[in-house]
Amino acid sequence: MREVAVVSSAVYQVEALTFTTDVQLMVPLINEARSAVGLTQADIGFTCSGSSDFLAGQGFSFVQTLDAVGAFPPISESHVEMDGAFALYEAWVKLQVGEVDTALVYSYGKSSPGSRRDVLAVQLDPYTVAPLWPDAHAVAALQARLLLESGAVSAEGLAEIAVRSQHHAVGNPNALRASAGATVAGVLSEPVVADPLRPSDIAAESDGGCVVVLAAGDRARSLCERPAWIRGIDHRIDAHALGVRDLTRAPSAALAAEKAGARDDRLDLAELHGPTTSQEHILTTEMGLGADTVVNPSGGALAADTLMAAGLVRIAEAARRISAGGADRALAHATSGPCLQQNLVCVMEGE
Amino acid sequence: MTDTPLPDEVGEGPPIHLPPSISDVEPVLSVRTPIRLEYDFIPSAAAQQYLRAYASKRILGNRSPVDGAVFVPPRGVDPRNGVVAAEMVDLVDRGHVGSFCVTHLPIPGRKDLPVPYVSAWIHLDGADIGFLGLVAGCAAADVRIGMRVRAVWKPDAELGATAENVLHWEPTGEPDVPVAEAGNRAWALKQAATGGGDGA
Repeated sequence: MREVAVVSSAVYQVEALTFTTDVQLMVPLINEARSAVGLTQADIGFTCSGSSDFLAGQGFSFVQTLDAVGAFPPISESHVEMDGAFALYEAWVKLQVGEVDTALVYSYGKSSPGSRRDVLAVQLDPYTVAPLWPDAHAVAALQARLLLESGAVSAEGLAEIAVRSQHHAVGNPNALRASAGATVAGVLSEPVVADPLRPSDIAAESDGGCVVVLAAGDRARSLCERPAWIRGIDHRIDAHALGVRDLTRAPSAALAAEKAGARDDRLDLAELHGPTTSQEHILTTEMGLGADTVVNPSGGALAADTLMAAGLVRIAEAARRISAGGADRALAHATSGPCLQQNLVCVMEGE
Repeated sequence: MTDTPLPDEVGEGPPIHLPPSISDVEPVLSVRTPIRLEYDFIPSAAAQQYLRAYASKRILGNRSPVDGAVFVPPRGVDPRNGVVAAEMVDLVDRGHVGSFCVTHLPIPGRKDLPVPYVSAWIHLDGADIGFLGLVAGCAAADVRIGMRVRAVWKPDAELGATAENVLHWEPTGEPDVPVAEAGNRAWALKQAATGGGDGA
């Protein structure tokens, strides 16, 4: 296995990018991440992005966003209609092949022009579920209700997750929901949005983007004082149909964590992409995270959830803490699909 | 248990057997699941400036801070270099045909666009990339690379902040731009002269 590391990253998340296009969002972010390690596009061996045409409301919208990269003369490039974490997986595979030593990964989501709750309905089974147009909060609420009724967690337990996120998010410039004074009682007094989920149980919707630069072996060491080495990365998928799954579980998350080597050693921190408190609880349980692992020191996706980027942001946040010396071993997670259907786990270490 | 095979027209493959409880219901042969999503699209600052100027018969482009190349319509970036291009420049409504296509198939519902019609990359004087438009005012067979053209605008009362203000581009009668210098070839020549990239 070739050693590959995150050597640089850039994140920007706000409530709404009203007058800023995807291209204008990504130009400064891509330049920030590249120039932080002294690279230009000519030094990048492979470029891979993640985004969704359903957010842009336009087919092949990612092609326009290549304007932000500077793809001239022509570059080696790919795109996934998924979160950028999955684009990072593709770039990691490309680096494993060995033909290139560096990769630029980016993703972005501007969901504010449309209704995110409805856009997410089109990822459901198109014959029997999507025609009912269940909104995303309602689908997540079904899962949360099953979880509460199974006795796996209490309403207070979910509120504790929300409170921890809001406390951790203080000081994160990209967090939209942060509060040093958040309390369980305060969260439980909020009116429900989709029973049993309250506003603090549901991720704060944001527009934004994320850029990560990967490099292999000694190239990584030459670019970065303390690269965040990817020791394991794995992507697993559960059944798409909600009716055939036990929604209180996410077996693919457990399997991805195991295959990525999450439990081989102590984890200082875990950045989890749980768009609801109930989903974060399921992920923590499935991955067997212990009390010695700080969960979501950035506030996690609950503090700011940029569709198509929230998973890559988790990798960037975990890697940044390793490179800064605040952590030795970290787990980053990304999800896709309804109710934690797909899960990717990336385990990183400092040297 | 009395299974009921579905009608043959369901398709190829082995017969499907339904349980007795639903054996007499009408088979589902197809479903329609309409998808509709609505967006509040707000043009970028560059696009807004461009469209407002276009409503008063001005054509704006963006100048690259790297090498001065002018892009039209303006998108706020130089896509070759991935850098912000904020400077706006006024372009004239004249140029030449860089390349073109004659279409003989009508677009359903477009009675205002009789075939054959000619769509072309119009290279405005002072711009470094083409600008898509229709060429009319001459026979389709007479359109050629390098032909000088000018904009035929809608009547002033019908102008608006839309992309539809130019009805078409018509020949000016000026001498042609030599084919070797027309369209993107002009860019390649300019790059060669300044020692820039391959300018393909």
